[in-house]
Amino acid sequence: MSLNANIPSGPLTQKWEKHRFEMKLINPANKRKYSVIVVGTGLAGASAAASLAELGYKVDAFCYQDSPRRAHSIAAQGGINAAKNYPNDGDSVYRLFYDTIKGGDYRAREGNVYRLAEVSNEIIDQCVAQGVPFAREYGGYLDNRSFGGAQVSRTFYARGQTGQQLLLGAYSAMMRQVGLGAVNLHARTELMDIVIVDGHARGIVTRNLCTGAVETWAADAVILATGGYANVFFLSTNAIACNVTASYRAYKKGAMFANPCYTQIHPTCIPVTGDHQSKLTLMSESLRNDGRIWVPKAVGDKRAPGDIPEADRDYYLERMYPSFGNLSPRDISSRAAKRVCDEGRGVGASGYGVYLDFADSIHRLGRGTIEERYGNLFEMYERITGENPYTVPMRIYPAAHYTMGGLWVDYNLMSTIPGLHVLGEANFSDHGANRLGASALMQGLADGYFVIPYTIANYFATAKTAKVTTDHPEFRKAEAEVRARMQTLLALNGKKTVAQIHRELGDVMWEFSGMGRNDAGLRKALERVPVLRDEFWNNAKVVGQGEEMNIALERAGRVADFLEFAEVMLHDALDRKESCGGHFREEYQSEDGEAKRDDENYAYVAAWEYAGVGVKPVLHKEELEFENVKLQTRSYK
Amino acid sequence: MKLTLHIWRQKSAKEKGAMATYQVDHISPDMSFLEMLDTLNEQLILNSEEPVAFDHDCREGICGACALTVNGVPHGPEAQTTICQLHMRKFNDGDALYVEPWRARAFPVVKDLVVDRSAFDRIMAAGGFVSAHTGGVPDANAILIGKDAADKAMDYAACIGCGACVAACKNSSAMLFVGAKISQYAHLPQGQPERKRRALAMVAKMDEEGFGACTNLYECEAVCPKGISVAGIALMNRDFLRAKLTYVETKTGGA
Ligand SMILES: Cc1cc2nc3c(=O)[nH]c(=O)nc-3n(C[C@H](O)[C@H](O)[C@H](O)COP(=O)(O)OP(=O)(O)OC[C@H]3O[C@@H](n4cnc5c(N)ncnc54)[C@H](O)[C@@H]3O)c2cc1C
Ligand code: FES
Repeated sequence: MSLNANIPSGPLTQKWEKHRFEMKLINPANKRKYSVIVVGTGLAGASAAASLAELGYKVDAFCYQDSPRRAHSIAAQGGINAAKNYPNDGDSVYRLFYDTIKGGDYRAREGNVYRLAEVSNEIIDQCVAQGVPFAREYGGYLDNRSFGGAQVSRTFYARGQTGQQLLLGAYSAMMRQVGLGAVNLHARTELMDIVIVDGHARGIVTRNLCTGAVETWAADAVILATGGYANVFFLSTNAIACNVTASYRAYKKGAMFANPCYTQIHPTCIPVTGDHQSKLTLMSESLRNDGRIWVPKAVGDKRAPGDIPEADRDYYLERMYPSFGNLSPRDISSRAAKRVCDEGRGVGASGYGVYLDFADSIHRLGRGTIEERYGNLFEMYERITGENPYTVPMRIYPAAHYTMGGLWVDYNLMSTIPGLHVLGEANFSDHGANRLGASALMQGLADGYFVIPYTIANYFATAKTAKVTTDHPEFRKAEAEVRARMQTLLALNGKKTVAQIHRELGDVMWEFSGMGRNDAGLRKALERVPVLRDEFWNNAKVVGQGEEMNIALERAGRVADFLEFAEVMLHDALDRKESCGGHFREEYQSEDGEAKRDDENYAYVAAWEYAGVGVKPVLHKEELEFENVKLQTRSYK
Repeated sequence: MKLTLHIWRQKSAKEKGAMATYQVDHISPDMSFLEMLDTLNEQLILNSEEPVAFDHDCREGICGACALTVNGVPHGPEAQTTICQLHMRKFNDGDALYVEPWRARAFPVVKDLVVDRSAFDRIMAAGGFVSAHTGGVPDANAILIGKDAADKAMDYAACIGCGACVAACKNSSAMLFVGAKISQYAHLPQGQPERKRRALAMVAKMDEEGFGACTNLYECEAVCPKGISVAGIALMNRDFLRAKLTYVETKTGGA
């Protein structure tokens, strides 16, 4: 299979414009003859469903939550980037493009990223028009703040609830279309498989999570906007139900999985307290605008933070990366935290924590200002830890947070299966090996509002597939497979719960494929994961029936897919013998511990093709071409 | 910590439910309430019993999925805290807790502690939006909004749609939820063109879905995990009345 990214020719700044002109259109009267399945109602899915329905397409939207408004996007806190340059501090579309390419450690496509930067401004306009209550200055203008990896203030925010407000905006737009009958909404409905007819994605198989009914749905195109797979680590900042099933099912049906090892560990999360823990909570990166990160200088200094004088503190990010300091990119900040804790200088009961201290800012700006900026985050921290961050510094530690890898898509956001489009965190497209803060919300909405409405028309106009219905044998076959798999899962009657096995998988992935990776460790993990998978199929326990709400069954299906997918991640991590962004191979680092890229041999997208369970997938390479940006060692010093 | 849990078990919407009693041990004060329920569920599964179904997802107090009452109080005893954010350090060793689903006609039980809140989505579909289709909108800074107005709008927009307000109200009124959405838009210039239409449509849908009337006891505000103010209800009532008296829908296009 060849990988054609379909990036338009011509100068970077004109690619999207040119492409939009060259793509075929569907005339308004014909649009209603085309139907689209949108799986996922997060920022990417809801914005796509709304925009496509507004254009006249027939849309069916699916999510597993009881309401589309609860998609994981709702939890994003900090903000969304755009190149508006409202603060007049030197921002531009080109700078946002450049920062994103550099932040991604030169492992993303120039063409895609430039388009993302270009449409970023339209996103803010759109959200404001919908009534998203972004933070304002007294004069009525929009306020901005800065985020990691940037020296300009380009982040728009709505208190600490930016994702919530953006999602409610997209959700409202979609619900308006539901009211008008243009979107059929299927909540509490989980995709179980994808149906391919004559090489094209033509539908899905779902399970109704209330009644257990297995159903099939046909359409002219399928969109997956099903989010990321960070829960492969068990503990992550993602919502509990986030999973890889939709992407993984597509992968098994022939869609390539790109850069699965590019996972982001977020530096500012509340440390783990015990085995009961079901998830980790992010403390928004925006806190790093006003909080200073430090640990004691001396190993084993167990004094209370207030008793440690300035001279005995190591503000290690400010020391090591003076120009970006506490706002250094996520991968760099995370590894630095791990390093100081591994040295024995970590704080808190477990020793795996560093301080995020607001004392200076409170002194400088007053408690009121800090409260206004971060009040809800401080409350959340206190609720979880029982400590008051206005008086005692927060304790934070890195946690799995976001996945840059995802299904491979071309410039049109189409996977290697024609007709199967992938948006938002579920695709791999724009963040290279590391995503900058406030850029995921931007990408999800760019994909849904401003890219897919154009590119899907071109697909319909050129693919010209015949109509199919769910009576087609491929639908019947896929449905039978789903039912059979459910029966196998329901028959599991071993001695371990699915959650226990998931936790063990997470431990393996975190230890060997988390913040640091090396050859020996990855090989060890590649031995352990199949053992866990066997244990799952032989010793897991699932209770209840299929024809009812069954939370044990739901979880089992998702964990079964993680147990296969984990291996794809490990193979990718082992194969990429360089360090870049979130992928830190310990063998490849400079003397002072910085990631060492190998542009000569690894400046490609690794796209993996399924070859069977437990079999090493087949690697396909999409070489990355940099015509505008010079590849440099990323420096934030 | 050791606890006695009395939990509502109901196999499906059609079957009758009843309270069942369970004991849990080794509960850490650092656990969240839902992690305590996870512990129970692990125990149940290993005993070949069905786990207690409950809604949850983000566990950060923002998605609005988690929904249950503890000793009759939606989201439990801590003010302005969703049940997923409530930690066990707020309880005592040996406590007996009664855990039940939201009770409201418009929120039928699906299973155990899970209820169907899709009525909220239908109210939103009826009018909870600004009709701005994708593209063709002005520059974001062309719409000036004073900080006060933006902050007020945000106060109301913070609603997570969990339905605790309905569960707390003896009439199962949804007015805090609907009032919050109407008030968010009412404070913003973007919300003005459709203001009357929105109030009429959302209120009509709310009534149709079987939510009750407000009798000004303000239990809703007391349990709201986001501290949404009942001032939103007053604003909604004003907007609704004004719209009812003055709104005439223009059917023909053109000026
Ligand atoms: C705590 C936290 C804070 C964050 N803060 C920021 C921030 O400040 N700025 C920023 O830019 N980014 C942030 N991010 C990242 C960002 O929120 C996500 O990357 C983004 O919201 C993902 O959106 P999405 O639409 O791709 O997917 P999601 O919002 O994850 O939506 C996935 C959807 O797919 C559905 N789905 C999945 N699988 C199935 C299936 N099998 N069947 C049916 N439906 C399915 C789900 O129901 C859901 O509707 C944050 C992430 C986290 C975890
Ligand atoms: S689980 Fe999301 S608010 Fe409680």
